[in-house]
Amino acid sequence: MSDVGADLKRYLRSPMMPTVWCPGCGHGNIARAIATALDRLAIDLGQVVILGGIGCSGRTPFYFNTNAMHTTHGRVLAFATGLKLANPRLTLIVAMGDGDALAIGAGHFVHAARRNIDLTVILYNNSIYGMTGGQQAPTTPFSFRSTTSPFGSIEPTFDAVDLALAAGATYVARTTTFDFAEMPELISEAIRHPGFAMVEILSQCPTYFGRLNKLGDAPDMLEYERDHTVVADEEPNQAVEITRQDLVGNLPVGVFRREIRPEYVQQYAELSRGRGGNYGA
Amino acid sequence: MTSWFTDKPQDLRRFRVLTGGQAVAEALRQIDPDVFPVYPITPQTPIIEAFAQCVADGRSHARILTAESEHSAMSAAVGAALAGARAMTATASQGLAYMIEIVYLAASLRAPVVIAVGNRALSGPINIHGDHSDGMLARDSGVVQVYVTTAQEAYDWMVMGVRLAEHGEVLLPVMVGLDGFTLTHSAEPVEILADAAVQEFVGPYAYPYPLLSEVAGTYGAFAMPEHYFEIKRQQIAALERAEAVLPAITRSFAKLCGRQYAPLEGYCMEDAERAMVIMGSQRGTAQEAVDKLRERGQKVGVVTVRLFRPFPRRDLAEQLRAVQAIAVFDRASTPGSFPPLYLDTRAAVRTPRVDSVIYGLGGRDLTPDDIVAVFDRLKRPAVDADPIFYAGSDEIEQER
Repeated sequence: MSDVGADLKRYLRSPMMPTVWCPGCGHGNIARAIATALDRLAIDLGQVVILGGIGCSGRTPFYFNTNAMHTTHGRVLAFATGLKLANPRLTLIVAMGDGDALAIGAGHFVHAARRNIDLTVILYNNSIYGMTGGQQAPTTPFSFRSTTSPFGSIEPTFDAVDLALAAGATYVARTTTFDFAEMPELISEAIRHPGFAMVEILSQCPTYFGRLNKLGDAPDMLEYERDHTVVADEEPNQAVEITRQDLVGNLPVGVFRREIRPEYVQQYAELSRGRGGNYGA
Repeated sequence: MTSWFTDKPQDLRRFRVLTGGQAVAEALRQIDPDVFPVYPITPQTPIIEAFAQCVADGRSHARILTAESEHSAMSAAVGAALAGARAMTATASQGLAYMIEIVYLAASLRAPVVIAVGNRALSGPINIHGDHSDGMLARDSGVVQVYVTTAQEAYDWMVMGVRLAEHGEVLLPVMVGLDGFTLTHSAEPVEILADAAVQEFVGPYAYPYPLLSEVAGTYGAFAMPEHYFEIKRQQIAALERAEAVLPAITRSFAKLCGRQYAPLEGYCMEDAERAMVIMGSQRGTAQEAVDKLRERGQKVGVVTVRLFRPFPRRDLAEQLRAVQAIAVFDRASTPGSFPPLYLDTRAAVRTPRVDSVIYGLGGRDLTPDDIVAVFDRLKRPAVDADPIFYAGSDEIEQER
């Protein structure tokens, strides 16, 4: 926590402030964690691209003094794949909402993970479509309310961690905006990881999700995150040692996989060299 | 002076103050479709929110499917419609762009899905405000397209749209376009019909060849060159028939409420020498500008096109027969050529002077002064070097 007071202003595009995010929204906490991670990693900002999809999380690229790319709903990983292939030296941070990653763009999410392309997905999960006014998302928990499920959702939710693990992502972690200190640690580790890295961050949406489900204000929602998560085993590649009892009403958080596996762009470069080409040289 | 107002005294108890989005949702509640698959997108979301509340309150038996994308929403609607259920949906902009593959399929499979579209500019740059570029992307899909000018019309055309889509001679999707924000989010008094009247007007869904009937059928079969062309021609003919069957539907609707609609509507056109053609919510602005010029003794008029597909070319030619110069206002562009409404108008009339005006892209206002400037321009000789006038933007370009 030594850098809590660090001057992060140079990472932010001040003319774009204040952000579009509502008071109390967790997305600002995540943006701060990204800035902290960039500060710790001391990367050349000219070599960083922050990409966003559509929705509240999609605003992230506007606020950083890095290269930025704002794309369409759900397609951000397809854009990112092209960008990374064209210039493998760039560091890509992909800000996705739960709608981007798990609904309209779920296909791109699993295939980017399967290819193990070197980029970092920060999945802002606020359990609802915030930008359009609080409609049900595939992450809206069973029985929770939204403007399109006023009597509670009857659908099971997608678990982003399970999905990323099953699809072959090589770095998979989950945390919450309550874990103020852990967020930048996981994000910097994910950025350093050579392959497809995903950090899912449960973020509070007091304006819609909180209000519709009577979860209180932002501080109450942060406490809710604290009280409804359970820390998974810290050992990488070990079975998560939490009992069934712990999991009732709780979501495991922590690092679920750290694995080195051939990365897509490297594989491409090796193929190119083997065929006498010079891709990636 | 608008033609649809009746002379009879109105029962004000039937009026409610609704936004265009709420008016569409109210029509949905009364039509009570069987299936409503949908995905949120601005500025359409007020429709699904209001309708979801109706369903949750037990005021509609519709099954709402909160799909994972517009592509899936439209796919589900087509599946439901062909299975024998009345299916409707709503979208806008990027959402319509994403569902467009299935919109073409819906038309060719003859799935009579009514789609409300909160017309909004397409990306990029990303913009949430009103223009017709999303609707124009669906222009050639084979769906019936209506662009309304008020929240009342949005309500009325949703109800009439069901009859038109499901007419045995048509069986095509109907897209009811209402300008994003200007109509979707602006409130005005809207006369609501009795629930029973709407139910009786739309009648039960009676798709002639549903997949769940006792006769086995196939939809989506492969068509080789020896069949594809003729199937397309049947589809084209069905869309043309939509114009022919519409008057019977509008007449029977007028019996319910007195509002008599036509594919297009002329205002001050009886003796007009110069005229403009426009679609959508800016009709009111156009009529105000025409009133202003009429006060100065200028013989100008405006034609508002409501039915854009099939294009009412004969009616438009008749309206514009005696006019000497025309300006066609498009709220969309066709980079590299002329915009859609202009080209359709040009093909329909023999008037030598037809100017193209592009306005309101990305939600920019069109003011009465902008329109007066266009009418003034029509008095001067045509400028071949600069064939398209960008109302509300050319002035800004010139200052640079």
